[in-house]
Amino acid sequence: MTSRKVMGIETEYGIIARNLDVSPSVASSILVNSYTDDGPSLRVWDFDRETPHVDARDDGVVAGTHPMVEPMMANAVLPNGARYYVDHAHPEYSTPECASPGQAVIHDRAGELVIEESMQRARLRLPEGAELIAYKNNSDGKGNSYGCHENYLVPREVPFGRIQGAMLAHFVSRQVFCGAGKVGVEVPRQGENRPMFQLSQRADFFEEEVGLETTIRRPIVNTRDEPHANPALYRRLHVIAGDANMSEVATWLKLGTTALVLSCLEDDEFGTGLGPVDPVSAVRAVSHDITLRAAYECLDGSMRTALAVQEEILARVTSWFGRQDVDPLGGEGPGVLAEWSRTLELLGSDPSRTADTVDWVAKLRIIEGFADRHGADWDDARLRAVDLQYHDMRPGRGLARRAKLRRLVPDAAADAARNEPPSGTRAYFRGACLARWPDKVVSASWDGIVLDTAAGLVRLPMDEPLKGTKDLVGRLLSAATDVDHLVEMLGSSAVVPVESDPGW
Amino acid sequence: MLTFGTVGHMQERVQKGREAGSRTEDAVGGAHSTVRGDQIKSDLDDILDEIDEVLEENAEEFVRNYVQKGGQ
Repeated sequence: MTSRKVMGIETEYGIIARNLDVSPSVASSILVNSYTDDGPSLRVWDFDRETPHVDARDDGVVAGTHPMVEPMMANAVLPNGARYYVDHAHPEYSTPECASPGQAVIHDRAGELVIEESMQRARLRLPEGAELIAYKNNSDGKGNSYGCHENYLVPREVPFGRIQGAMLAHFVSRQVFCGAGKVGVEVPRQGENRPMFQLSQRADFFEEEVGLETTIRRPIVNTRDEPHANPALYRRLHVIAGDANMSEVATWLKLGTTALVLSCLEDDEFGTGLGPVDPVSAVRAVSHDITLRAAYECLDGSMRTALAVQEEILARVTSWFGRQDVDPLGGEGPGVLAEWSRTLELLGSDPSRTADTVDWVAKLRIIEGFADRHGADWDDARLRAVDLQYHDMRPGRGLARRAKLRRLVPDAAADAARNEPPSGTRAYFRGACLARWPDKVVSASWDGIVLDTAAGLVRLPMDEPLKGTKDLVGRLLSAATDVDHLVEMLGSSAVVPVESDPGW
Repeated sequence: MLTFGTVGHMQERVQKGREAGSRTEDAVGGAHSTVRGDQIKSDLDDILDEIDEVLEENAEEFVRNYVQKGGQ
């Protein structure tokens, strides 16, 4: 039985401060606070239930290092159910839980608008001439990388080994359509001529096949087992092997294809054999070859290009999808399959025809055009500047918005999503409570919310991501006159008394 | 000018693709291939004009100062 896929995107933005002498952490805090000080938001995130050190492979606790979010740093939940905060040295935007890849694209775009608005507001409160600038990319070209992570809810009963095998096959090969492109290579492969342009921002930074870390010895498949939901029923696949995309179509395909592969393997119909024998080497080999001709050995003994692996993944998923009564992508499945197929076909015949949807192709096209026009060579700093500025979030400066990429989300929908939660997940309840009773929501997290009632603080656990939806609680929320009335209607079994204020 | 092998391959592929595309379009009606080619060229020219206007003025300094530590 296929279940509806719940997903979301966390984006760590690059940040620079101009004419302002502050650390990246402080710059990030100013940026986030500039937004949350003036708008509707709750500045308290509940850390009580965060467990980023639990490993999916053995369901045990491993003493891994993980970046603790400093409680004193800016950390807010927005009325659209998103989390907007500072993760060490970067501003980070986590979309609310979405029930389709299209919803997630809308909320990823809403996140871009939040960043845009934050930069504008920060400018007003900073000294004349000072400016904070955010970049939606993953690499500074100097050995440092920062992530754009995807999250997918997966039933606990699916063995992690099966997920791992299929995801290695998909993550290594999907770069051909979701790589954001990059000038230069930081980690050349042995014996290779250092390529001047590669498909992915992230490929150079993976050193392990599978593992718990996210900041050092990064693994292609991350095993962080922190479901933010009922752990007996769910796990959350935390994906760190992807680029932040500027192209909406690329984001949609990245999430849609991955969610479909997961649904297919949940039914145990994906099969095996497509994973690379040496994933760490293959992920770079694929990224470093813009001709898309590099073949690598797969576990079934075949030599295939990434495109050939993708074609086989598409064939398997399409065949499985045809036998389903329920679309795990809520009606977007056929569209994702069609766009996936069209993209692979074009990449196989004439990659330049994907310049309106595939980021690396769009970027390469303008970099080549720029180089031709100005007689620039590959070591010309202007080409790296074009690369970085492709991801500049300022409307007046960003190059991706000038690259004539195909749009999926009308501006008005993205803007509305800054304040409106998705209706089909528990994010609806979180966002609606915050919008309605900002003074009574004491703290919130992915899987619960703490309300200040006449009887004291109570926690409403929300460990079922597909509950708390507009269909299920919309009328209840409309009928409630205040939080006490809401809690009364929900019934005593829905709430847990809180001994002390869990927020900071 | 770009002379590196990787991009050379890309251009060769792109060129081949365009030729293949042109042949198909020629069979349908001669004028279309030229129109499409011109459209792509003028689109790119427009984009490059805009980039010339908004690109960071001191590219070298901008690239050198773009350092991002402490990411996941």
